[in-house]
Amino acid sequence: MDESALRRALGWPGQYWLLVMMWMRSGLAYPLSFALTVLTGVLITGTDFAAVFLMFSHLKSFGGFSLGEMAILYGTASMTLGLANLLTGSIDQVGQRIRTGELDVWLVRPVPAFLQAVAGDFVLRRVGRPLQAGLILAVALSRTELDWTVAKGLVLGLSLITGTIIFGAIFVLGAAFQFIAIDSAELSNSFTYGGQQLTQYPLVIFGQDVVRAVTFIVPLAFVNYYPVLYVLGKPAPLGLPSWIGLLAPLVAIAMIALASLAWRGGLRRYRSTGS
Amino acid sequence: MSVIELENVSRAFTVSSRTGFRRTRREVRAVDGLSFTVEPGEVMGYIGPNGAGKSTTIKMLTGILVPTSGSIRVAGVDPSRNRLKLAKRIGVVFGQRTTLWWDLPLKDSFAVLQKMYGVPRARHRENLATFVELLDLGDLLDVPVRQLSLGQRMRGDIAAALLHDPEIVYLDEPTIGLDIISKARLREFLAQVNKERQTTIILTTHDLDDIEALCSRVMVIDHGHQVFDGTLTGLRASQSAPRTLIVDLATSLPPIEIPGTTVTKTEGPRQHLTFPPTTSAAPLVAQIAASYPLVDLSISDPTIESIIARLYATPHRSSEVSDM
Repeated sequence: MDESALRRALGWPGQYWLLVMMWMRSGLAYPLSFALTVLTGVLITGTDFAAVFLMFSHLKSFGGFSLGEMAILYGTASMTLGLANLLTGSIDQVGQRIRTGELDVWLVRPVPAFLQAVAGDFVLRRVGRPLQAGLILAVALSRTELDWTVAKGLVLGLSLITGTIIFGAIFVLGAAFQFIAIDSAELSNSFTYGGQQLTQYPLVIFGQDVVRAVTFIVPLAFVNYYPVLYVLGKPAPLGLPSWIGLLAPLVAIAMIALASLAWRGGLRRYRSTGS
Repeated sequence: MSVIELENVSRAFTVSSRTGFRRTRREVRAVDGLSFTVEPGEVMGYIGPNGAGKSTTIKMLTGILVPTSGSIRVAGVDPSRNRLKLAKRIGVVFGQRTTLWWDLPLKDSFAVLQKMYGVPRARHRENLATFVELLDLGDLLDVPVRQLSLGQRMRGDIAAALLHDPEIVYLDEPTIGLDIISKARLREFLAQVNKERQTTIILTTHDLDDIEALCSRVMVIDHGHQVFDGTLTGLRASQSAPRTLIVDLATSLPPIEIPGTTVTKTEGPRQHLTFPPTTSAAPLVAQIAASYPLVDLSISDPTIESIIARLYATPHRSSEVSDM
């Protein structure tokens, strides 16, 4: 990366924030609608965990996890998906932008199309999920007996960042795929929202094949499951070493690289095929 | 030095269509071997029927689309390789869609563009004041864009495209859907911007009055080929569209018979005669007056529309049609 490219990259956070602020204010142009969607969002995600809670009125442990441990797993899954959705979720509208020609408008502006895509239509109501997840996580961590070490604290904290990146990268990969198949927004949803549904449970309950798939193919197990196993001092499945959770940052970096290649490829395809 | 240079530029698209179960792929050349240059400060009308390749050309000039072959230089750089850098030096108005923030007041969009393009504050204020006055935007600045009428929004969009002092402005059908007064006002504004700032303007349009009012140069494109490049007068002269003589006689008579003319229509005593553009009307009138009870007459020259329609209809030739 030459110097001017670096300087340009340093401007990205500012440009992202500028656009996010614009879209946030744009969303607040309808305050009642905003309040209602935040409220329904919180209610819907709230019922999410209620299901887990009810399950534990009949069970003592599930997949080797107690209720408190399940809450940690749920909280991290929901938090990472929520943050990724907040920060990058808008990118899944790229297919629609291609159809309406709005992508062309982005491409004639002096700001990378990627930033405009992730910031476009930034919806503040998406803070509902991370808020709810944060609450559950706080309660769960204070009520669960854990022999904390600095390493465990770091791993858990870092996993929230790397998990967000992994989910975010999946959003971007899905969006990149829309350059090939315009109507494929639902496909990436099955990996993101579907992935969150999966990763809120101890993955072993789904069987070895699923665990293999989410370890080696779509690395959702690195979002929270492996880091949480490490924090809780539980053995990893498939005979994997217990420190596998520590690889989450590497997986996140690989996902960034993959997503970036895919997005650039998609954009290049659009610009060279015009469709 | 030319501000825009195209050399043998082509752009092909693959179109796949399905007939029954068979899928066929076909290559369509939206732009085929286009070469031209535009000088700084020129206002060029770029016209052609739908699907002629106008938008494709504009998209290549802005760097959105990469040409399949040939070379393009805009403001000294290759647009597709320097898209982000070039973006600060060009302004684009897409007539059919807005680049403004729909739910926010017009002034908010202007404010964000100032930051996005890194326009110095003083310069921004100055430009904004000028455009507000010339485009009569004063009362609209606090109105959310979604509440603006089409004409008001277009004025907003044009101001937005010019705020960063672009050297080149591409306007894609800027007057589409506007009423006559809004159109006239917009044309006046664009002419003034071009004159005072030496901004190069490329205008695609279906409205030939836009061309008439603004463009010192017209380029006609059809099927991706250039079919004409020259002045509007040159365009009129280039096509041998027949002229029409409308004759009012004292009574209804059978069609007038004069060699070299044809009667295309009779409405009672009124008869429409067409004659070649190379023929002078005067001897013709004398001939008619001598043999028929002539009451009144008028001559109608072909409209630009009909000239262009003929241009599209003729099989495309590129260079030999050009008059310059």
